Amino acid sequence: MALFLARRLGKGILVLLAIVVLNFFLIRLAPGDPALVMAGEAGAGDELYVAQLREKFGLDQPLPLQLGLYLRSILSLDLGYSVRQQMPVGRLILDRLPATLLLTGTAFLISLTLGVALGALAARRAGRLADTAITALALLFYATPLFWVSLMAIIVFSVRLDWLPAFGFETVGGGYTGLARAADIARHLVLPSLTLGLFFMAVYVRMTRASMLEVAGLDFVKTARAKGLREGTVQRRHVLRNALLPVVTLAGLQAGTLVGGAILTETVFAWPGIGRLMYEALLQRDYNLLLGVFVVSSAMVLLFNLVTDVIYRVVDPRIEAAS
Amino acid sequence: MRRGPLAAFLRHPGAVFGLLVLVLVVAAALLAPVLYPTSPWRMVQRPFVPPFTLDRVPLGTDALGRDIAAGLMHGAGVSLLVGLVSTLAALLIGVPIGALAGYFGGRIDDLLMRFTELFQTIPSFALAIVLVAILQPALSSLILAIALVSWPPVTRLVRGEVLSLRSREYVQAAVVTGQTTFTILRREILPNTLSPIVVLASLMVATAILLESSLSFLGLGDPNRMSWGFMVGAGRTVIRQAWWITAFPGLVILVTVLALNLIGEGLNDALNPRLSREGR
Repeated sequence: MALFLARRLGKGILVLLAIVVLNFFLIRLAPGDPALVMAGEAGAGDELYVAQLREKFGLDQPLPLQLGLYLRSILSLDLGYSVRQQMPVGRLILDRLPATLLLTGTAFLISLTLGVALGALAARRAGRLADTAITALALLFYATPLFWVSLMAIIVFSVRLDWLPAFGFETVGGGYTGLARAADIARHLVLPSLTLGLFFMAVYVRMTRASMLEVAGLDFVKTARAKGLREGTVQRRHVLRNALLPVVTLAGLQAGTLVGGAILTETVFAWPGIGRLMYEALLQRDYNLLLGVFVVSSAMVLLFNLVTDVIYRVVDPRIEAAS
Repeated sequence: MRRGPLAAFLRHPGAVFGLLVLVLVVAAALLAPVLYPTSPWRMVQRPFVPPFTLDRVPLGTDALGRDIAAGLMHGAGVSLLVGLVSTLAALLIGVPIGALAGYFGGRIDDLLMRFTELFQTIPSFALAIVLVAILQPALSSLILAIALVSWPPVTRLVRGEVLSLRSREYVQAAVVTGQTTFTILRREILPNTLSPIVVLASLMVATAILLESSLSFLGLGDPNRMSWGFMVGAGRTVIRQAWWITAFPGLVILVTVLALNLIGEGLNDALNPRLSREGR
């Protein structure tokens, strides 16, 4: 286990390193000489000042050395400075991270639970009405643009029915504390997490259905039936349990898409997470911040993959034998 | 056998529906310059005309008095173009990498698959945003960004197929007769991987259209081309007064993407009968 963890961690760090290097070259590709941009922001354009800035930020050094400097600053968790927001990028991201974790975590749980439940139901009723309805629904959600379904949900549930708040993380100036505040945040969380979860629910429905139908044809299921277990028990304890593992594995791999989807959801619902931050950086063409969010979201995905990997090893020892 | 796949495809009601929708979208793209010769950006009526009230603007107008129907027709071309070209570009990246990894195996396979995994780990939508923002919004940067984030599944698929075909006797025979690796891959192996690639490609076009609309929604679309995602984004701020400005373009995206997914499923049933039961 320790060896596995070390190897997996090493691999994750290598991938992260590759992403950081990619990031470095993307920054160099960004339009505008960083020193000139900074000088412009500071309202001074003379040659000497620009040269000073170049020297201060190491921009006059050869490229490999710059890369080294960049790597060192990333390793010390310094993601640079956002001139537009007058704050270090790391600080900005850290402030927004909890909201994103809350949103993506909730959406993940909702979509996985609903997706597996509906997928299992569809597999059990394969070929019948319930299956057709669920499969059609999944197909529909799979094709629905995330940003559009969010907007439609706002029209229906906020504008027309006035059931749920359409924007923000909590009521501004509500002055809630403790449980009341949690309830307020939960009300704000409903629409963003449901709309973000819809697409993934569709994915999990399809995966669960396919996986269960595959397992249902295996010998041990026949054995379970032959020994006279009731159909419900066979499905729940034998088919579903064995079908679930590949679904959860694939669900873990969806983490990157979930983080990407959060950018759209947070933009529509004005949810103060790093996705919304990325959108703001985009509008202001704040490349330092944009790439900072990119690195942090990649790191989040890596961490999530690592955690799910470890969980599988604990849950299913067979994986150890297979790898 | 010759008529088999077509018949199988046409037996699929969803696939036929998808094909009909796709034909309509292509027709809309082709007819847009004929039916709406003026720019879709031009103001033709007063702003906020609700749909189904004026014959001249059947779907109403947006906050600046632009004709929504004209925008939808002109947007069809952009969506199809970006969807198709970016998928082709992704195939151009993914197929060679997958073929080499599967054919040579060993170190080369390891290296190439690590590279592919790296791209699969990076949150693809975030990478696409960063790429378009840095390259500046334009049709070419949208296509490039979408291609760069969507090739890994192609590589995995092609690698798997090549890996299993590589040990077939007819491939071994080609090796023995001294054909070059390139010839073997091109003439013996890759033609046999075509049908799963076609299925995957049709699904990738759907995903690419979704990605394009999402990027345009965030304001990263080509500023000179009307696109569905841009229309949804533009209507966002006035959603309380005018639902139709966002509703129609989104609905069109949904139906188009759904149609392409259905076509993909139909193709899968028609071309890979053995696999069709397992789905994707």
